[in-house]
Amino acid sequence: MTALLEVDNLHVAYGGIQALRGVSFAVEEGQVITLIGANGAGKTTTLRAISGLVKPTQGNVRFAGKSLLGVAPHRIVARGLSHAPEGRGIFANLSVEENLDIGAYLRTDKAGIAKDREHALTLFPRLRERLQQNAGTLSGGEQQMLAIARALLARPRLLLLDEPSLGLAPQIVALIFQIVKQIAKEGTTILLVEQNAHMALKVADVGHVLEVGTLVKTGPASELAADDAIRKAYLGVH
Amino acid sequence: MTKFVQLLLQTLTLGSLYALIALGYTLVYGILRFINFAHSDVVTFGAWVAFAIAGALGWAGTGSPVFAMPVVMILAMAASAALGFTIERLAYRPLRKAPRLNVLITAIGVSLLLQNAGQLHALFGKDPVKMPRLLSEAPLFKVASVQVPWVDVALVVLTVALVIGLQWLVFRTKLGQAMRAVSWSEQTAALMGVPVDKVVSITFMIGSALAAAGGVLYGLKYRQLNQTADALWMLLGLKAFVAAVVGGIGNVRGAVLGAVLIAFIEVFGAGYVSSKLPDLFVFGVLIVMLLFRPAGLLGTATVEKV
Ligand SMILES: Nc1ncnc2c1ncn2[C@@H]1O[C@H](COP(=O)(O)OP(=O)(O)OP(=O)(O)O)[C@@H](O)[C@H]1O
Ligand SMILES: [Mg+2]
Repeated sequence: MTALLEVDNLHVAYGGIQALRGVSFAVEEGQVITLIGANGAGKTTTLRAISGLVKPTQGNVRFAGKSLLGVAPHRIVARGLSHAPEGRGIFANLSVEENLDIGAYLRTDKAGIAKDREHALTLFPRLRERLQQNAGTLSGGEQQMLAIARALLARPRLLLLDEPSLGLAPQIVALIFQIVKQIAKEGTTILLVEQNAHMALKVADVGHVLEVGTLVKTGPASELAADDAIRKAYLGVH
Repeated sequence: MTKFVQLLLQTLTLGSLYALIALGYTLVYGILRFINFAHSDVVTFGAWVAFAIAGALGWAGTGSPVFAMPVVMILAMAASAALGFTIERLAYRPLRKAPRLNVLITAIGVSLLLQNAGQLHALFGKDPVKMPRLLSEAPLFKVASVQVPWVDVALVVLTVALVIGLQWLVFRTKLGQAMRAVSWSEQTAALMGVPVDKVVSITFMIGSALAAAGGVLYGLKYRQLNQTADALWMLLGLKAFVAAVVGGIGNVRGAVLGAVLIAFIEVFGAGYVSSKLPDLFVFGVLIVMLLFRPAGLLGTATVEKV
């Protein structure tokens, strides 16, 4: 059986800067995979290459057996891949409700959308109280909740999350990760990018460590969390 | 009193004209953050193509049927929408990720191309023409002894209808939601499944169709169409642009408000202060606005996207 997502020898360059130098990994359906690494390691670039925002110079990305190379980002969403970008990407000029609507932009199944919206609002009850509010006025934590809820409204098979913990207080981070776990339990496959390796390795099944554009370590999340070198480099244990 | 009513009527008609044109500047700026300098040439194209269509359909003389004006209007709007689509597709889309200055220079190039191509014999030629009437010459009604002609009523009513329609589109439909999302961030909108290129194309088409409506109504009201490179067209576009900036560029309601304000200053300035300096007042308002409220009347101060 082929994996849901296969990233094969991915190379990405920004002008002269080589951001990815041959990254390969696979995501099996039903798994939570995390990609950890320091600032500038290429985590965001990996996700952007998967969802079609940057064109790889070499390598391939296959989703559900089909190549995503040269497919426009909005068509990739249609195939069942949803990306909650780094920095949340909330439309601050739209209301919370409209942000959620945009998440379901390509769908036409009204009843299904209503059901998924209801479910997303059950996961994040804080959003329900703020539906009419301008999304730009939400707190950072609420914006992250909205970003995840919005991505879920596309009803993805695979959800890409880029640093959902960025700039949030520990309590909110714990809450967000709890919900990520919940989403995974409900059957959505997740590729999670994090600098917060501690939290990420707690929810993930498998972890990959990215350093300056290459994967340097791969393994079950629990093993990586126990690895001395990783504990020193990414978990702040000395 | 008669004079005042007359000036008020002029303000309304001129304001409507500016509003139709200003909306195109503001829509494109709103979504792509650049000033489409070729927009005024789309207005010119709309007017000229209406003239050509009226001629081709045999309505160049007097006594054209009542449906002549709506038919000519719709065809001219469609032709201009096609022109707007083509300009965006060929000239601007390849530069979507280029620095804004490059796009601006390209827009000036497109403008010059349209102005000069329009003078070709095969297109509209070098000589001014007389726009056929298409609307009844008889005044429709009278207010305080001022006769209100059909064309003035058509101008105001059509503008109000188009503005309401546009407002509905932008704030009440899925397409409008997508336009606003793209305006905030093209990339994030794409990640949500919004077909960005299509949304941008449609925005250009709407702006160009509104420009054509302005051009046709201009022709019907003032009757004379100067050749496509005439400074008069540029001044018309420039004033509409000023209206968009004064109202807050990127803001639909602002464009309308700015248009009425600019028309008011121009008309009443000429009527009560000095008939020689109306343009000075218009650009004076622009400078004052840029100094004290650079975001415009209804605009919100935002950091320029780079
Ligand atoms: N648009 C861009 N133009 C030029 N270089 C870029 C661009 N985006 C990223 N880079 C470079 O590519 C490399 C990888 O960046 P990327 O954003 O993928 O890292 P990251 O692992 O997500 O880092 P962080 O944890 O800080 O988000 C960095 O060296 C970065 O400077
Ligand atoms: Mg990143």
